[in-house]
Amino acid sequence: MKKIMAIVRPNKLEVIKEALDDIGCSSLTVMEVKGRGRQKGITEVYRGREYAIDLLPKLEIHIVVPDNVASKVVDTIAKAAHTGEIGDGKIFIMNVEQVVRIRTGERDHDAI
Amino acid sequence: MVTAVLSSGDTAWMLMSTALVMLMTIPGLALFYAGLVKKETVLNTIFLSFSAYAVVSIIWFAYGYPMVFGPDVHGFIGVPGDFFFHNVVESNTLVGSIPTSVYAAYQMTFAAITVALISGAIIGRMKFGAWMLFIPLWATFVYLPVAHWVWGGGWLAQLGVLDWAGGTVVHINSGVAALALILVLKGRKERSLLPHQLGYAIIGAGLLWFGWFGFNAGSALSAGQLAGSAFIVTNTSAAAAMLSWMLIEYLRFGKATMLGAASGIVAGLVAITPAAGFVNIPAAIVIGFVTSLVSYTAISYIKPRLGYDDALDVFGVHGFSGIWGALATGIFASPLINAAGAGLAYGNPAQLGIQAVAVAATFAYSFVATLIIAKVIDLTIGLRVTAEQEVQGLDQALHDESAYHI
Repeated sequence: MKKIMAIVRPNKLEVIKEALDDIGCSSLTVMEVKGRGRQKGITEVYRGREYAIDLLPKLEIHIVVPDNVASKVVDTIAKAAHTGEIGDGKIFIMNVEQVVRIRTGERDHDAI
Repeated sequence: MVTAVLSSGDTAWMLMSTALVMLMTIPGLALFYAGLVKKETVLNTIFLSFSAYAVVSIIWFAYGYPMVFGPDVHGFIGVPGDFFFHNVVESNTLVGSIPTSVYAAYQMTFAAITVALISGAIIGRMKFGAWMLFIPLWATFVYLPVAHWVWGGGWLAQLGVLDWAGGTVVHINSGVAALALILVLKGRKERSLLPHQLGYAIIGAGLLWFGWFGFNAGSALSAGQLAGSAFIVTNTSAAAAMLSWMLIEYLRFGKATMLGAASGIVAGLVAITPAAGFVNIPAAIVIGFVTSLVSYTAISYIKPRLGYDDALDVFGVHGFSGIWGALATGIFASPLINAAGAGLAYGNPAQLGIQAVAVAATFAYSFVATLIIAKVIDLTIGLRVTAEQEVQGLDQALHDESAYHI
């Protein structure tokens, strides 16, 4: 099983969710995060002093899927999240050792 | 001899004004400051204003009122007496056309906010017990004398100073006290101003503007033309100062900011405070417009140059704009608005000199007396929190509380 961790622009969430619905992968977890990459930060001014804000808000989406659909999910997210501008984000794929569905106690592939 | 007669119209207005000025502290000033600090220190910041108001509420009626407004002793202070306001309400006397009880309550709210104002400079690093001790010491040894000098028939009043609602007594007094206190307390390690919730500060500024109509128009002590005049120039100065601050930021950074606008509003209200019952509308526009330049310079150039950590710019806004407003009163006071005052622009240059004396005297006394009080507290119980507490934020460290549980 694979965990797909995608860091994307906040305003892309609805598009990504819709695209994932279309391929039948609706379950996901979303976190609000901050980060920086190649996108330059911004400057804010408070009482005449400038502050460099280089951590920008992003969303981190986690999805755990069987190995055989991981590639399709990654492509779907990448396409939906793409704008072509610096700051589109990254996707990380990791291995998952075990999964448990808390309600029923089902394990691994029965749980995702 | 004219016998004073109670006017229910004046009294109703003064009761309302008292509540308006109370609103300026609770929660106006509390929120204004709260929005500007980090979220881990927001409750402590609010607490400073609330505690100042509560302590002064008690000591004002315990012994404070007669020391400002009682019989004068050598121009310095009023004779203490009527402890716990003994028999004052019961004897049903008047001050002008309003009951003494209403007048005293009104004046109390001024004393309270003056102390609360100081708290903006010390945020993030002062022990709560030290602040609780500072409140009664400062109110007693600094506010009471200065208020007596200017409003209680003391030596500055005898000299002829014009201070409508507290340019010296409230703003220069608290601004300079803030400076003295932070020189002893010393600065924070982390001095960035990153407001955690500007919305609170904006709401606070709005409540201050609203309440200031009680502060300035209420200082007419009557519901009539003079109150109306003070009302208009108060609003005008605030508006002019807001636009001025926006213009300064636009020229400096290419964009106006909401915090700048809110700061301009407060600066404009501070500057018009000594002048509100004496000046006309064009003067108010000038006073408001110039004051943003004055305070902006103080905050952006003087403060960084000299390096003192006036965290929320109490000295920068209340000190500097208070000084400008007090001096401007000596220039623009118009006998056509109020027969009690004429300034330089109306052929009385001496008034400007008198205002300067009042500014200097308030500055010197507030600075030295506050320095002494701060030193005494520091040497006894200590002023400052530990370095860990400062970094952690004061809400959990000093109050075992958090404002946000997300």
